[in-house]
Amino acid sequence: METLAMHISNGIINGPVAGIFAAVALAALTFCVLRGRRDLDDRLAPMAGLVAAFIFAVQMLNFPIFTAGVSGHLLGGALAALLVGPWVGALCVSVVLIVQALVFGDGGVAMLGLNITNMALLGTAAAYLLIAGLLRVLPRTPTGLAVTAFVSALVSVVVASQGFVVQYWLGGTTDLGGNLTGLAGTMAGVHLLIGIGEGLITATTVATVAKVRPDLVYALRALRPATAPAPVPAVGGAR
Amino acid sequence: MRKRSWGFVAAGLLVALVLAGVVSNYASSHPDGLDSSLLKGCTVNADDEITGGSCPAQQAKDHELADSPLADYGIRGVDNGFLSTGLSGVAGVLLTFAVGGGVFWLLRRRGPADTPGTGQSPADGRHTGDRQTAGTAG
Repeated sequence: METLAMHISNGIINGPVAGIFAAVALAALTFCVLRGRRDLDDRLAPMAGLVAAFIFAVQMLNFPIFTAGVSGHLLGGALAALLVGPWVGALCVSVVLIVQALVFGDGGVAMLGLNITNMALLGTAAAYLLIAGLLRVLPRTPTGLAVTAFVSALVSVVVASQGFVVQYWLGGTTDLGGNLTGLAGTMAGVHLLIGIGEGLITATTVATVAKVRPDLVYALRALRPATAPAPVPAVGGAR
Repeated sequence: MRKRSWGFVAAGLLVALVLAGVVSNYASSHPDGLDSSLLKGCTVNADDEITGGSCPAQQAKDHELADSPLADYGIRGVDNGFLSTGLSGVAGVLLTFAVGGGVFWLLRRRGPADTPGTGQSPADGRHTGDRQTAGTAG
């Protein structure tokens, strides 16, 4: 077994189910391109490239969790959603997963649709739903933003892990003898701990960007416009 | 004139290069949450290799591109582990930025054409009350 693999390896989920999820991922990413283009302007495009590169880098940094012998790493869905929005964010995480599968031998190429569905689509979607809700109810302070980032990142990791459980239920190659709940519980428990790490990394990163260049945080532009009537992004000198 | 983001992007890229090029060598080498969950039911030795039992991870098959020169986050032919991991990380960050940045740059909305009813550059949009972000918040 390749010890450095971080995503679903070949052979874990059967071919037909992997194929179905490849089609699902392709359709969803096409939709993300169509919606994301509305957000992508001269300023967001290089920022989105940076977010993808940053997620690649931080995914290499497996951190220990409190359970002995197990590590975790960033997935990046919440970070991407906060910085470049849900549509472009999902594309950012997908770019990372595609580069990892095609160049670094991490995550089977045949499994790419499964990995994209869990981490890029489910993770980012869950994160952005929470971000949209929390930013509206929490105080408009750096702490409010950090709490939003932490909570949305933590939950998105657990949601992504349960995406895998559903995929395993549909097409897992080992008969668990009806003990799918065992896998669900193990995955949820370990990813709750990983989610704490994900939350800390996401909150730290977003708080730093918000301090240096708040105009580059998509979630603040879209959900917390500085002045109510004109929430136009990219207004120079407005902040 | 709108604030430029290239300086910020360059600084961020530098941070990513240091993380992937240097800090990556101090990452935990234990299996991650997914792999460890799939190892449940098996016994493993100190190198996390399966020594017995029965678990989903035993079904894992070789990667299609296991022979890639950058497979497993190392550079084939570089014996120094620190250098191998670090250089593969640097290559990965640059490649991801090139691919991601390139695709997003090509996809970006150019000029006024794409947003119906805007009819002018985003910088002028505020004067007419056009909402560039409409429809993106949900």
